[in-house]
Amino acid sequence: MVADCAAVGGSRRVTHTDGSRNPATRVPIQVDRGASVIRFDNVSKTYPKQNRPALRDVSLEIERGEFVFLVGSSGSGKSTFLRLLLREERASHGAVHVLGKDLAKLSNWKVPQMRRQVGTVFQDFRLLPNKTVGQNVAFALEVIGKPRGQIRKTVPEVLELVGLGGKEDRMPGELSGGEQQRVAIARAFVNRPMLLIADEPTGNLDPQTSVGIMKLLDRINRTGTTVVMATHDQQIVDQMRKRVMELEKGRLVRDQSRGVYGYQH
Amino acid sequence: MRAQFVLSEIGVGLRRNLTMTFAVIVSVALSLGLFGASLLMSDQVDTMKGYWYDKVNVSIFFCNKNDDSGGNCAKGAATAQQKAEIKADLNRLPLVESVQYESSDQAYKHYKQQFGDTPVAGLVTPDQLPESFRVKLKDPTKFAVIKSAFSERPGVQEVQDQRGTVEPLFNLLDGMRIAALCVMGLMLVVALLLIVNTVRVSAFSRRRETGIMRLVGASSFYIQMPFIMEAAIAGLIGAVFACVLIVGGKYALINNWLAQKIKVVDFIGWDSVASVLPLVLLIGLVMPAIAAFFALRKYLKV
Repeated sequence: MVADCAAVGGSRRVTHTDGSRNPATRVPIQVDRGASVIRFDNVSKTYPKQNRPALRDVSLEIERGEFVFLVGSSGSGKSTFLRLLLREERASHGAVHVLGKDLAKLSNWKVPQMRRQVGTVFQDFRLLPNKTVGQNVAFALEVIGKPRGQIRKTVPEVLELVGLGGKEDRMPGELSGGEQQRVAIARAFVNRPMLLIADEPTGNLDPQTSVGIMKLLDRINRTGTTVVMATHDQQIVDQMRKRVMELEKGRLVRDQSRGVYGYQH
Repeated sequence: MRAQFVLSEIGVGLRRNLTMTFAVIVSVALSLGLFGASLLMSDQVDTMKGYWYDKVNVSIFFCNKNDDSGGNCAKGAATAQQKAEIKADLNRLPLVESVQYESSDQAYKHYKQQFGDTPVAGLVTPDQLPESFRVKLKDPTKFAVIKSAFSERPGVQEVQDQRGTVEPLFNLLDGMRIAALCVMGLMLVVALLLIVNTVRVSAFSRRRETGIMRLVGASSFYIQMPFIMEAAIAGLIGAVFACVLIVGGKYALINNWLAQKIKVVDFIGWDSVASVLPLVLLIGLVMPAIAAFFALRKYLKV
C-alpha cells in the first residue's frame, strides 16, 4: 500500500507523510516556510467529552497556488480539518499555521481579519434567500465595511468572472443549484482571498454542473489562490489529477501530488 | 461602519420580533417607571424631613390656667419665674442649640395656619393652647435627655418630641419607597429575562446572516451591533414611556390631588422630576444593551 501511494504520488518537492501509522518514522518537513499557505505541525483535535480524537497527529504543508483535494469517509476528520483552518475550532495539540499566522496565538479579535483572507464555499451554498444575487455578494463586502463605490464596482466584475454576468438582480431561488454555487463562489472570491476553502462544493450538484464548478475553481486556482476542497466526488478527483490528501479516522494516511480518489488496486 | 446597513438590519430585527419587542418595552417602562417613582419618593421624604426637622423639635409645653390635667399642673398656670428657670437651664445644656418662646397667641396663629378655615379651627381659642419653649437640639435624636430633665419640673405640662408625630408618616413613605423598589427589582428581572430571550430568538432567526458574516470576516462588533442596538432601542422606547408615566403621575397624583388636599406638606417640584428623567432614559438605554451583550456571548457564536 505504501509503495502504491508513493508510485502514484510521483515526484513532489514537498514531503508527505510516508503512509506509516507510526508518527516516529515521519520524514521531517523542510520546505520554504514563507511560501506555505497552510502548515499543520503534529496537530491533534479532541472534542470535549469525546475519547477518540477527530484529528490525530496530522502534519502537512500546503504551498501558495496549490489545489488540494481532501478526501476520506464521513467522520474521518475532514470537517474538523476545515474548521481548524477557519479557527472555528482550536487544535488540542500541535500548531496550525494559516497564511503565515499561528492560529493558536491569534487573538480572538484578529480572527475576522484572518477570515477575510480566506474564502469559503459550502455544499449548501449558504446564500441569503431574501437578497438578490448582487446583494448576496455585496453583503460580504458590506459587513467588512468596504466603501460603497468599491462594492458597486467589484460585484459585477466578480459575477462576470464566475459566469453570472447580468444575473445580479435575480433572487437565489430563481437560480439552478450550479448557479447558486457560482454566487457563493463569487462571494467567497470577491475579496480576492489567498486561500479558498470548499467543503463539498459539488455535493448537491449533478455531474455535469459539477464539472462547470470545478472548472471555475480551477480558474480561480490559476489566479494564484490556493484551493483546499473536501469532497466525496471520485470522478472529479480522478479527472483533475491534483494533490490528494486522505484522512482516515483522524489520521493523514495519504498525500499524493497528482492523486486519485481511492486506492488503485 | 455602514450606518444605513446597520439601521436596516435593526429595523428588520425589531419587526420580526414584534411581540417580544412589545413585551420588552412594557416591562422596561413599568420597571423604570417604578424606579423613577421610588427615587422621587425618597426625594419627597427628604424634602419633608428637611421641612419638618427644621421646624419641629422638642417642645416644652407649660401649664395654662385652664389646665386641669393634674400632675405638675395641679397648682395652675406656670409662673414667669418657673419659665425663666427652665429657660436658663436649657441654655446651660450643651445639647441645646436654641430656645424659642411661643406664646398662646403665636400657637393659635400657627394652628390657624395649619388648619385654615376648617370647622376644627373654630373650636379653638388662643387661651386653650399652651405656651411653650421650642427647643432646637444639636442632635435631634437626644430627645430623651431633655424629656427626663424637664418633664417633672413644676409648671411643665408635657415635653413632646414633635419628631415623633411626623415619624410614622416618614416610615410609611419609606415603606412605600422600599415596596416600589422591590416591585421594580422584580420587573427589572422580568425585563432582563425578556431581553435575553428576545436576543436569543433574534439571533436564532438570523443565524444564517450571522453565520455568513462570520465566514466573510465581519468583526464581532459588527455582527453583534444590530442585536445590541435592537435591545437598546426597545429599552429606550420603554424608558420614554416610563418618563411619560412619571410626569403624568406627578401631575395627576401630586399637582392635581395631593397638593390640593394637603397644604402643610411641601411637595417635590418639577425640578426633582427633571433630575430623575435623564437617569431613567440612560438606564433604559444602557441596561438592555448590556443584557443583550451578555446574551449574545451565550447565543451567538462569533
